[in-house]
Parts: sequence; C-alpha cells; structure tokens
Amino acid sequence: MTLAVSQTTINLAYLAAGVCLIVGIKRLSSPSTARSGNVVAAVGMAIAVVFTLLSPEIDSYWLIVAGVAVGIVFGVASARMVKMTAMPQMVALFNGVGGGAAALIAAAEFHRLSPGAGHVLPEHMGAMLFSALIGSISFSGSMVAFGKLQELLPGRPLVFAGQQVVNGALFVALIGVGVLAGATEAGVWMVVILLGALLFGVLLVLPIGGADMPVVISLLNAFTGLAAASTGFVLENTALIIGGTLVGASGTLLTILMGRAMNRSLANVLFGAFGAPEAAAPGTAAGDGEAKSYREVSAEDAAVMLAYASRVVVVPGYGLAVAQAQHGVRELADLLEKRGVDVKYAIHPVAGRMPGHMNVLLAEANVPYPQLYDMEDINPEFPRTDVALVIGANDVTNPAAREDPESPLYGMPILNVDASANVVVLKRSMSPGFAGIDNDLFYRPNAAMLFGDAKDSVERLVAAVKAA
Amino acid sequence: MSQALLNSITVFVLAAFLGIELISRVPALLHTPLMSGTNAIHGIVLVGAMLIAGSADSTLEQALAFVAVVFATINVVGGFLVTDRMLEMFKRRPDEEEHE
Repeated sequence: MTLAVSQTTINLAYLAAGVCLIVGIKRLSSPSTARSGNVVAAVGMAIAVVFTLLSPEIDSYWLIVAGVAVGIVFGVASARMVKMTAMPQMVALFNGVGGGAAALIAAAEFHRLSPGAGHVLPEHMGAMLFSALIGSISFSGSMVAFGKLQELLPGRPLVFAGQQVVNGALFVALIGVGVLAGATEAGVWMVVILLGALLFGVLLVLPIGGADMPVVISLLNAFTGLAAASTGFVLENTALIIGGTLVGASGTLLTILMGRAMNRSLANVLFGAFGAPEAAAPGTAAGDGEAKSYREVSAEDAAVMLAYASRVVVVPGYGLAVAQAQHGVRELADLLEKRGVDVKYAIHPVAGRMPGHMNVLLAEANVPYPQLYDMEDINPEFPRTDVALVIGANDVTNPAAREDPESPLYGMPILNVDASANVVVLKRSMSPGFAGIDNDLFYRPNAAMLFGDAKDSVERLVAAVKAA
Repeated sequence: MSQALLNSITVFVLAAFLGIELISRVPALLHTPLMSGTNAIHGIVLVGAMLIAGSADSTLEQALAFVAVVFATINVVGGFLVTDRMLEMFKRRPDEEEHE
C-alpha cells in the first residue's frame, strides 16, 4: 500500500488527536466556549480517523468506504431531521450504536485471534470480553431508553417480582460464561455473552422510570466510553484508549452531577424503580378515597388574571416543548411586558427531559437570557408572584416532593409555584406526569386548570390578553 | 507484564484522571450538550472498526466489521452534528439583548 505511513507517524497523529479531544471537552464545559469545543473535538476525531486510514495494517478499503458511506447517510439524516424536543432520545440512539460497535469489534477480534485454547494473551482476552459485555449492555440499554423517550415503550417503570434477583443472577452467570470463554476460546461462549448482555441491558433499563432517563443515558454513555477504551487495549491503539477513557471518566462524573441536580443517587436511580406502580398507587387513587376536585378556568379569565398582574412567572415544561409553544409564550410575555407586567421564567434543572434542555428550547424562541431564572433564584420570588403560569410542567411543580415523605418524588427539589397567589396550569388533561405520579398542586385552592394543547392554549391567551 | 500493556495502562490511568478533572465544574445548563459531545467522542471506536474492517479475512469478520463501521460512523457524525445543533442555540445571546 503506497499510501501507508509509519506507525510512529500514526501514533504522533493520535497524540495530536488526543490533545484536541481533551481541549474539546474542556471547552464544552463552559457556556461561552462550548460550541467551539465541539468543533475542536470533531477535528481531533477527523485526525484520528484519517491517519488510521493510512495505517499499514489496513489492506482493503472497500468495507470501510461502504460502511462509512452508509453511516454518514444515517447519521447526517437523523441528526438533521430530529426536532429539538427529541434530542435526548437521539443521544441515546447514537450512544447505543457506539456501544454496539465496540461489542462487534470485540466479537470480530475474538473470531480472528482464537483458533484454540491458550493462543490469546490474557490481557487481550479480558479486554475483548469486557468490550463485548459492556458494549452490548450499552447498546440494548440505550435502545430501551430511546424507546421510552420516544414513547414506543411506556415511560413508567416496568417491574416484575424478583427482578433484582434475576438481574443479579444474570450478571453472575455472564461473568461465569466470560471465564469459560476465556479458558476455552470457543466462539459459542462469545455469542452467549453478547446475547446475555443484550438481555441484561434491557432488564437494567426497563424498571427505570422516564424521569430518570437522562441519568441512565449518561451512565450508558460512560459505559460505551469504557467499552471503546477496552477495544483500545485489544488493538493496542492509544487513540481508542484516550478517547474512550476520557468519556468513561467524565461520563461517570457527569452521571453523578446530574443525579445530584435531581437529588437522586445513582443507586436510587438504578434500583429504586422511581414511581413504581405500587408506590404511585396511593397518590393516583386520590388518597383516602375521597375524590379530589380541581378548578377549570377559561382562557379569557386566565388572560385577565395575567394582564392585571404585576408579577408573572412562567414555568415551562416538556409539554411546552412537545407542543412547540415556546414562540407563542414569547409573544405572550412580550404583550404582558408592554402592559407593565414583570415576566420571569423559572427553569427547573431538569425541565424538559434533560438538564439544560429547556434553556436550549427557549433560546431557540429568542427568549432573552436575563429573564431565565434558576430554581434557587426563583423560589424565593413565588410568594411575591401574582400568577405562576405552568405550561406543560408537572412533576417539577409537585408539592408532594416537599411535603409528603410517602411520595416517590419526596426529596426532589421543586419549583414552589404553590406559594404564588394564583397558579394557572396549562395541560392537556388530568393525566399524571412522566414519572407517573399524581400532582397535588392541581387540587390546591389557588390553582386553576386550562386544558388543551399548550400551543392552542397559549394562542388563546395571547388573543385574550390583546382584547383585555 | 508486557511493555505494550504497561503503556496502555499508563495512558488509561492518566486519561481517567483527566476526564474527571476536565468537567468537574460544569454548570447544569451544559449537562445535556456535554453528554451529547462526549457521546460523539466515544465514536472514536470508528478507529477500531476501520482497523478490523481493513484486515478482516473471513466473511463473518467482514460482516461484523462492516456493521461496526456503520454503527461507529453514525455515532461520530450524528453525535457531533446533534451537539452542534444544541449549542447553536446558545451562541446569539449576548448581542440579542440589545436589539430585542
């Protein structure tokens, strides 16, 4: 191959690529430099890929060209077409295929290296088995997370009796099969590991409620990073080890940070079955059997409340995002401000489906940044607020998280909208939120419900405020 | 322990510390874009997939390697593009306040 360059040159290029990835991640962690950080990381990736193509180890290009071409078509199409609201599940999907790739590399390398017992270096064998195991778990787990967020699967936790015992037994069995695969170098055990790990990934994520999905995706992201790093040990490739380990380590910390922002420990997320049916049942059954009553309000009445208020706080949630109501909300806020109303936005750390998701959506609608308030800054304002306008947000406003130790949400930091003089809740129906838990807020005397699609309701409010 | 393994372990341990250090002060606002960005970075498995695809002998290895290359490419390309779309939303903020 005339194109081939020496392994030393390639390793130098990998070093440069690694530096780009490190600088990229560093810049990604600060708002003003984040976008350039992504570009720097992409450049690092390009360097690693191009120099890998020049490697003397590669003696045939057709498979690579065909695979990359197919991958680019799918990758570009899905990244371009996805709506901003569907970003979280798209991240899950991309994470899953990355994990799948790591598992497939391990499988192919296992097939190539193991003609019979005792031929493979123990470190290579261990790393291959680790990649296969973790990569497969990440693949199937991410697909279940995708299914839940895309609402192909129910967002509620799916649990059955003895689930944790089954999961534990399966994991122990997988380790046992790994030992067998290492000792015999027989392909059949590799297949058993791949399939067993796929099943384990499904069982791991199914019992986790939709509200915890961001934390799970972040964890699986770290898993894929480790699986990638592990393939680096098999292929003795530093680019893979650097890239994979950076993600494995930073992803683990990010998972912990996210959990902390939601006041959920990792163990709680994985084994707590957040909003499990048995835990949620008392809440949905309306407490002690007495039917709870709520108040409905017309758009016209709500508009009058807003138009003659002096302080309004908008609490946007996922429902706003799904209905694409952010532009309408902006228009409503502009109208109110013209009338001298002070309008602020209260952003819960996990508003939308992921930390930072809502900020992105509101920025898309050109909502001025200084009007966005974090939970800590806005909570003291609610007692002085005339109207809290809750648009498609649910679990993050549930006072049970503060007051009811029995509630599965108990301890999660919430927006104290119930402290405002009036609460207007824009919602499609009385159905419970993503966590599958009924919201006490809706039954409070100061709360009123405005039913309908968030976008329609906001448009009706805009028209009514103009007339008021 | 072979020299190659020792080198790999050295790189692994240093990268692990670095990964934790790099993002220890990230604001919650950036959690999602950062997750998405690092998600694209583990698409580096593409390097491994290409090396396997370029030297696969049997049909089975070729099939596995082909799917691995497709998957890893989707991870890399989709990951960076989606992250860029998320971060695009942040960029206009400072000057926006003036003429809004």
